[in-house]
Amino acid sequence: MPIARDDVAHLARLSRLALAEDELDHLAAQLDVIIAAVARVQEVAADGIPPTSHAVPLVNVFREDTLVPCLDAETVLSQAPAVEQQRFRVPRILAEE
Amino acid sequence: MDTELTRLTAAEIAAAIRGGEVSAAQVTGAHLARIEAVEPRVRAFLHVAADQARAAAAAVDQRRAAGDQLGPLAGVPLALKDVFTTIDMPTTCGSAILDGWCPPYDATITRRLRDAGVVILGKTNMDEFAMGSSTENSAFGPSHNPWDLGRVPGGSSGGSAAAVAAYEAPLGIGTDTGGSIRQPGAVCGVVGVKPTYGGNSRYGVVAFASSLDTPGPLARTVLDAALLHEVMSGHDPCDATSVDAPVPPVVAAARQADVSGMTIGVVPEFTGDGVQAGVLARFTEAVELLESLGAKVTEVSCPHFSYALPAYYLIAPSEASSNLARFDAMRYGLRVGDDGTRSAEEVMALTRARGFGAEVKRRIMLGTYALSSGYYDAYYGKAQQVRTLVIRDFEAAFERVDVLVSPTTPTTAFPLGERVDDPMAMYLADLFTIPSDLAGNAALSVPCGLAPEDGLPVGLQIMAPVLADDRMYRVGAAVEAALDARRGYPLLNDAKGLA
Amino acid sequence: MSSTSTATRLVAYDEAVSRYDPLIGLETHVELSTRTKLFCGCPATFGGEPNTHLCPVCLGLPGSLPVPNRAAIEYTIRIGLALNCSIAEWCRFARKNYFYPDMPKNFQISQYDEPLCTDGWLDVTLDEAEAAPYGTGPHTFRVGIERVHLEEDTGKSQHMGGATGRIHGADYSLVDYNRAGIPLVEIVTKPVEGTGQLAPAAAHAYVKELRDLLRALGVSDVRMEEGSLRSDVNTSLSPRGSGRWGTRTETKNVNSLRSVERAVQYEIERQAAVLDAGERVIQETRHFHEDSGITTAGRSKEEAQDYRYFPEPDLVPLAPPRDWVEQIRASLPELPAIRRARLQEAWGITAAEMTDIRNAGALDLVEQTIAAGATPADARKWWLNELARRANDTGTELTSLPITPADVARIAALVGSGALNDKLARQVIEGVLAGEGSPDEVVAGRGLAVVSDDAALAAAVDEAIAANPDVADKIRVGKVAAVGALVGAVMKATREQADASRVRELILARLTQS
Repeated sequence: MPIARDDVAHLARLSRLALAEDELDHLAAQLDVIIAAVARVQEVAADGIPPTSHAVPLVNVFREDTLVPCLDAETVLSQAPAVEQQRFRVPRILAEE
Repeated sequence: MDTELTRLTAAEIAAAIRGGEVSAAQVTGAHLARIEAVEPRVRAFLHVAADQARAAAAAVDQRRAAGDQLGPLAGVPLALKDVFTTIDMPTTCGSAILDGWCPPYDATITRRLRDAGVVILGKTNMDEFAMGSSTENSAFGPSHNPWDLGRVPGGSSGGSAAAVAAYEAPLGIGTDTGGSIRQPGAVCGVVGVKPTYGGNSRYGVVAFASSLDTPGPLARTVLDAALLHEVMSGHDPCDATSVDAPVPPVVAAARQADVSGMTIGVVPEFTGDGVQAGVLARFTEAVELLESLGAKVTEVSCPHFSYALPAYYLIAPSEASSNLARFDAMRYGLRVGDDGTRSAEEVMALTRARGFGAEVKRRIMLGTYALSSGYYDAYYGKAQQVRTLVIRDFEAAFERVDVLVSPTTPTTAFPLGERVDDPMAMYLADLFTIPSDLAGNAALSVPCGLAPEDGLPVGLQIMAPVLADDRMYRVGAAVEAALDARRGYPLLNDAKGLA
Repeated sequence: MSSTSTATRLVAYDEAVSRYDPLIGLETHVELSTRTKLFCGCPATFGGEPNTHLCPVCLGLPGSLPVPNRAAIEYTIRIGLALNCSIAEWCRFARKNYFYPDMPKNFQISQYDEPLCTDGWLDVTLDEAEAAPYGTGPHTFRVGIERVHLEEDTGKSQHMGGATGRIHGADYSLVDYNRAGIPLVEIVTKPVEGTGQLAPAAAHAYVKELRDLLRALGVSDVRMEEGSLRSDVNTSLSPRGSGRWGTRTETKNVNSLRSVERAVQYEIERQAAVLDAGERVIQETRHFHEDSGITTAGRSKEEAQDYRYFPEPDLVPLAPPRDWVEQIRASLPELPAIRRARLQEAWGITAAEMTDIRNAGALDLVEQTIAAGATPADARKWWLNELARRANDTGTELTSLPITPADVARIAALVGSGALNDKLARQVIEGVLAGEGSPDEVVAGRGLAVVSDDAALAAAVDEAIAANPDVADKIRVGKVAAVGALVGAVMKATREQADASRVRELILARLTQS
């Protein structure tokens, strides 16, 4: 099923990508082809086959509850686009979360 | 003298330094000179760290003078893919969004290299965030194949492969997610290795697809790759997915290089249509060679391998869409459009639109799509089931044979610009390498000759079971030795691009 | 008052619950008191200079990787076991993907369809005092626990430039990531049916019981005012007899126990008015306002959030071995409700009296004072009255007062033996709190002994009689009740150090003899 341009615009919004109209058109066409190709996975009979999220099976990897030295604030903030009162200054946030 | 030093293998350099025949400073100097000479044509490096390299070399020389025991690669220069964090060099991942970013910490592998006395010459070019098969997706321009400067060096670790093939460094490190070490290795005529997943620490490796990314070595000989493999690999408590098991004895295997009595499986799904004639020819000869060396060859069908590519192009972009969400202009990196009136959401979106290239955007949106509510089961979920089936194919195959073989990639190096506007054509370069990334087992590419129609290198892919990396080194070394003997001179002597 | 253009209609509470059945649910987030964060070795402490508790992992720098804190897993299992949950044999972390500046990775590592603990319950009791305002007797509810899972906390933003400090109207924000990565346990109840008119009290009591439980387990500081315990409340109404559940709203920013109760009450009143008007309750997130006790709609989102959950690829599954789980179970302390019931019986006090002790936060103190030799009555008396008052006056917690249960037991013993009376005892308390030493040292230091020597008292008694002839006359003719005034005079004259009952005896003896 081809992917609609509106859906692609929606995906761009979800991914925080401000695409120009022509870029959107171009990417939509390409995504359509790619999605059709990757949809081939649906041809595989996989009833009862468990999904694999980790190829090499490990379980229960932990660390102990011990302190490790931190970075200092100067280092943390040194490459921030904007800093104020030792914090990251970010533009106004629209949505509550 | 300089030229001679750059023609040595890593093993030879290390021995010469240990033996006092040459200093680490001389070796580093020779390679920096080579870089200066060829970089305008190869463009393998994004950042050459000459001062740091000289200091690291000097430190090795001091230790030697003090009578310290030097490790197996002390003083050997290396080209490091720009996806590894380095505290004293920028790390861009080939992306404009990280242009100028200097990480406050070293990757575990970076630290291991430094501790071993390896001299990091600089950071190499790559497809942006490791997404691509040609380095054409780099925000800073592509690298060029030393065999033919009008062709791609493969990707995404194309910079490291080109650097090694161009004699700018005897060793390189890349990351392999869908084939990004093996494929550039194959098209540049060098050895490229994807170790068992989890055998190499991902701490400090900027993530593309977390369950697939595997750091690994590139070198001009199988033994050199094995030496680097042993230095860089091993469990890391900072990486929860790293395997807590001894590093397989790859150096011993590379030295042993004897395949008599081994069983070798040819995957028929990978020897059909779509493979360039000359590639298939060289592959077939390599298989015959293995037989003549005492291996037993048989056909082993892996029926789900043909679904591996679509599964990969669902799993990898899905993980990437999440991994790349952190690049949002708030804490580091590029910030665009913050004029005091725009919202954080707008600044994020403008920055990401400007800072990411087309391929990255495609994969982010594809991944977002595959994970979306309503689509998850049919796409991402299904792909993870295909992954299970691919793993089972490998397990069944390895009950019958010691290793599997195939061509590394369907064609030789393609021309720059040929596939840039055709994503699906570009993705096909990974057709044979992807299954091992999905299954996490070990695989390497070793040069097995030149395709007659274009005189460009062909790679033989050898796949081994999880944690049996040594097996593929054994087979690879055997092929290399036999072919080198037959040829009588190093393969790369035929690389005319830099002549 | 309200700044909305249309005033919100409400139905009076009693009226609302006479026609509608409330259904409530609670989602509580608890910050664990482990030493370090969930996925790295940075300190998990509250406060600190901004952006000083960070490393590549909790800052989410490119290339960083999480590694789970074993203690956080253990604490979560402990909570699950105390809530009677099943502990998963195998489960995973999952990524919850959304963009927000206080999230360094723009995804939160949490758990989705495979929580560590599931399917438990917590009994919550409203005693007489708590149920009385609603006109019913004591009631116990069994609150089902749907799940308990583990996730990482986010950073904190401060919104600058607006009038209210909230997001709406702010010009920009400042972000501190110290809190990012602190382990957070999310406890979600099943819908709680059948609370009827007690719904607000039940919600309050649940959070209170949960808080006490978590404190007893030693897994969190559980300070709502510091944010280490945060609760969201879901409320819906069903018309009585309809058999259908209504649409629920989620109320956030409920920052105290009292607010939990008020939020539920307000939502019931508001939703009843909506339903009465024939309209539909909108499924939304609402914000509770402490000052006014109302809830307002959050900014409506264009589309419901799709978090695109998938299993966290940087972490391997959790498969807690059963012997580890049993070890944790064996180490659980006595749970608060059981302990309260046991002590209530042991001390011979009523449920209401136990509630008073609990509400004052004095249970441990009272228990320890009794262990040091005091009677339950005395222990209760001193902690809940004089000491609670002093704690209140100085704005400190009872447990922070510089006086020990042993001290209090000693004071009670001195009063019991007659060496001190209540008024003197209060002075001794004052002295101990002021750092003058132990109770005995204060008594000696201030010279606070009860005077019971008759000879010493005789003069004061005579003076009092002489100074109050009318009162003395009344007593002589049998109006014994009037002796109080003379006792008071003697007490005053002896600076309260007389043994009041002895003084009374002496006065009566003097006046009824002659």
